[in-house]
Amino acid sequence: METSAHPVTPLKEVADIINEAGGEILKLCYQCGTCTAVCPWNRVRDFIVRRIMHRGQLGLIDFEGEDIWLCATCNSCVKRCPRGVEIVDVMRALRRVVTEMGIARIPDSLRLTIKNISATGNPLGEAPDKRADWAKDLDVKPYSEGTEILYFPCCIPEYDTSVRRMARAAVNILKKAGVDFGIPGSRVNCCGESVRKAGDEKVFERLARSNISVFAEMGVKKVVTSSPHCYHTFKNEYPGLGGDFEAIHLSQYLLELIRENRLNFTREINKKVAYHDPCYLGRYNDIYEEPRQVLESIPGLELVELPDCRENSLCCGGGGGRIWMETKSGERFSDMRVEQALAAGADVLAVACPYCMLNFDDSVTTMDKGNFIEIRSISELVSQAI
Amino acid sequence: MIVARDYVFMCSEPGQEIIGKDIRDLGLNRVVVAACSPIMHESTFRSTCQKAGLNPYLIEIANIREQCSWVTENKQMATEKAKALLNAAVKRVYYHQPLETRKIPFNPNTLIVGGGIAGIRAALEIADSGHKVYLVERSPSIGGHMMQLDKTFPTLDCSACILTPRMTEAGSHPHIELMSYSEVEEVSGYIGNFKIRIRKKARYVNGDRCNGCGLCQEKCPSKVDSDFEAGMGKRKAIYTPFPQAVPNIPVIDADHCTYFLKGSCRLCEEVCEANAIDFGQEDEIIEVEAGSIILATGYGVFDPAPIRQYGYKRLDNVITSLEFERLVNSAGPTGGNIVLKDGSAPRSVAVIHCVGSRDRNYHDYCSRVCCMYALKYAHLIKEKTGAEVYQYYIDMRCFGKGCEEFYERIAGEGVSFIRGKVSEVTDRSLNDEEKGRLVVVAEDTLLGSVIRVPVDMVILCVAMEPQQDAEAVARLFKISRSADGFFLERHPKLDPVATNSEGIFIAGCCQSPKDIPDTVAQSSAAAARILSLISKGAVEIEADIASIDDKLCSGCGVCGSLCPYSATSLDEEKKVYKVNEALCKGCGTCVAACPVSAITGRHFTTEQIMAEIEGLLI
Repeated sequence: METSAHPVTPLKEVADIINEAGGEILKLCYQCGTCTAVCPWNRVRDFIVRRIMHRGQLGLIDFEGEDIWLCATCNSCVKRCPRGVEIVDVMRALRRVVTEMGIARIPDSLRLTIKNISATGNPLGEAPDKRADWAKDLDVKPYSEGTEILYFPCCIPEYDTSVRRMARAAVNILKKAGVDFGIPGSRVNCCGESVRKAGDEKVFERLARSNISVFAEMGVKKVVTSSPHCYHTFKNEYPGLGGDFEAIHLSQYLLELIRENRLNFTREINKKVAYHDPCYLGRYNDIYEEPRQVLESIPGLELVELPDCRENSLCCGGGGGRIWMETKSGERFSDMRVEQALAAGADVLAVACPYCMLNFDDSVTTMDKGNFIEIRSISELVSQAI
Repeated sequence: MIVARDYVFMCSEPGQEIIGKDIRDLGLNRVVVAACSPIMHESTFRSTCQKAGLNPYLIEIANIREQCSWVTENKQMATEKAKALLNAAVKRVYYHQPLETRKIPFNPNTLIVGGGIAGIRAALEIADSGHKVYLVERSPSIGGHMMQLDKTFPTLDCSACILTPRMTEAGSHPHIELMSYSEVEEVSGYIGNFKIRIRKKARYVNGDRCNGCGLCQEKCPSKVDSDFEAGMGKRKAIYTPFPQAVPNIPVIDADHCTYFLKGSCRLCEEVCEANAIDFGQEDEIIEVEAGSIILATGYGVFDPAPIRQYGYKRLDNVITSLEFERLVNSAGPTGGNIVLKDGSAPRSVAVIHCVGSRDRNYHDYCSRVCCMYALKYAHLIKEKTGAEVYQYYIDMRCFGKGCEEFYERIAGEGVSFIRGKVSEVTDRSLNDEEKGRLVVVAEDTLLGSVIRVPVDMVILCVAMEPQQDAEAVARLFKISRSADGFFLERHPKLDPVATNSEGIFIAGCCQSPKDIPDTVAQSSAAAARILSLISKGAVEIEADIASIDDKLCSGCGVCGSLCPYSATSLDEEKKVYKVNEALCKGCGTCVAACPVSAITGRHFTTEQIMAEIEGLLI
């Protein structure tokens, strides 16, 4: 953000608009800089979160600049803020001001994604009736009334062939455990989490209301999600809009199945596995143990911890709509994370989120480390061992 | 209704005079004041009436401020409510009856709980006036936290040097009965007449015989981490916490004594020429009576281990402020040498402010002393080691006398001030300079960039917090606590030493974090309040208490079993229950419970309450 050499007058009107868009809590900020110092961006470039808070208080936000689009909503700063400022909500409010009032340009790639989600119900702009194509050969039924569980893979594994493997592995496990489940058909939309973080509250609400009514119509009582983002949204944001169903993340559900002896491990995986805590499972929902316990139940598997783990987990960089935006080489958190996993001597970097998987796959390819480390979802590892 | 008047400051002298004049001139026999809470000015207006010749219980206050205009922004509704409250007061006052207060004798003895600087100061003030003080301290010696501190800001005088003369004075004062290693177990009674049960824990050392030679401590084979040294040094199983202890009588810590654990040793007994060791000693229960009580129970120290990113107990050379006080003290475990765990001197030290304070995740409040002692540390570190000192602060709060000047002085000594809250202390290095050192990460908010500073030692300025057992102590003495857990004063501005329990006062850090001068001032204030009660010689008992109608009472005893103050008892002769007027607080429990409605709450009679309700429901 550029600083002006000229006297600057606070813009109360802009400050009011930010407050109305949901950023009011930033009033409490006392400028200690904790947010800046914990923000992963500052490991690769300057991103003075504290200054954005101060500028927000005065209404002096640079809406044209790139800063307000940087936040990956990893929640590290919120967890630490001594004044309880919901910095992610503030960032969302700033983006809303742009998205809803059109006072500046939304970054191109993000604008396209929002348009796709708005038109087709998925960020890739694919046809809604192809949503279940990923499982065509798996003999899985679409969800129908009376089925116990809706397995919700997230749009990314459904439409992006490169990470489809995490959803297919999940199906294999659920089938072997004899779970009565179905998958989403063409009437289901993206959960809307990322579009909300990108500042488009209206599109989010439309998607959420549509999903809620479709789920209600189909009699969905329990949803198992692959993505922590869908999980977080279903669990914490849908109830406020009338959602009335139980949401559980796949890693939690797998642990339930293991505890009920419904999974029979027959093969060993003799590998060192590092688990990457996704932001929306860990910091947003305090789920740290279940994924680790699932991995530790796999025979032969040795779990190693990364230096930044649990509540201090290093974000992959894919939250808050960043997954749709280009991050320059040298500034990718996922590259640092892969380096950490390699330094920890891991053969496998285990993930529990489709965004993480996309980013880490990318990093391994661009860093040419494919011979040294594999990116595997927890579901793949479990599926391989049963 | 004879007259209604409107005046801006009714509680002022001219305002009161308006009421007095009307009572005299118009022969009023009831008065209603619609103003602020009766807590503020009921006594003012009662005495106004009394001066004008009207019984003080013939007035009623309608609180149209605290519980009406202050709790809403809706003026219209507030006005309607004010009218209803006023109407209720008018209806009620019609049924008021003249009542008389009575005086009961006031016991001039004082109980002081806690033997830190707050308790010592208050004890000396009261004892010097010739009145008896029971000073109860739960550890083996008085002295408290102040004894652990090295120098005191901003004057840098030695804490122990200025404290020990006061400790000795308290220990030998003819009017102070010092009960160390003792705890209050039970409190009953009321202002002027408290009864207190105190457990004097077994020392296993006969205090009358012990001459304090210290040979037992020398010979004792069992070594334990010393609380007094904040875990930085050791003590023996038989010990006085520090050489200047008052009383200078050791205690045997049975949890670590070889004899108590294994059944043999008794080395201390062997070497004691005074034959003072007594393994058969038992806890003693002592009952004392006092007219008033001061709680000076001090503070606890925040444990920073839960702030994992600061590395306390995980990384070497990350220490708390209290640990540093002992490290830098010439009587401490290193003889005052500031050294790292490996014995070498640090080349640079980071001092992190607000650890556990001003942080919603731990304590919201400011601990008030950290900025200043952090500056003191900078001075001591520079003086003793010449190391670089980095102060990580959010805001510098140097408001006390001489404190801003001290800040300026320390700045002049070449200390680096970094405005920013530390996000992490880590041993993960990014370059050779950081290797093997502690790296402190923070945004320098004045630079607007994240900086990493490699240092050898990190001092965490930890919050002062309520004592771990503050809740139990509050319950024992029937006082309240504020949201932060400290004891609640009666009024934050105008009565910061009294509590909501009559006759019980608070002083020092049990009320809120404060420095030594403020603690001493509050202690003297508490003592002054008590001396004024003692010199009055009697306490006035409110007249609004329960009374039992002999003719209706069947002697069933329901009231006696329910009364929280044991204020009703059976009159054996008449076979009816009677109220001890000194004990009754007028809570009304018995009034509601009496199956034959034989009990009346004076000033809260059924017809008064019904009239008030009727007035509210207009």
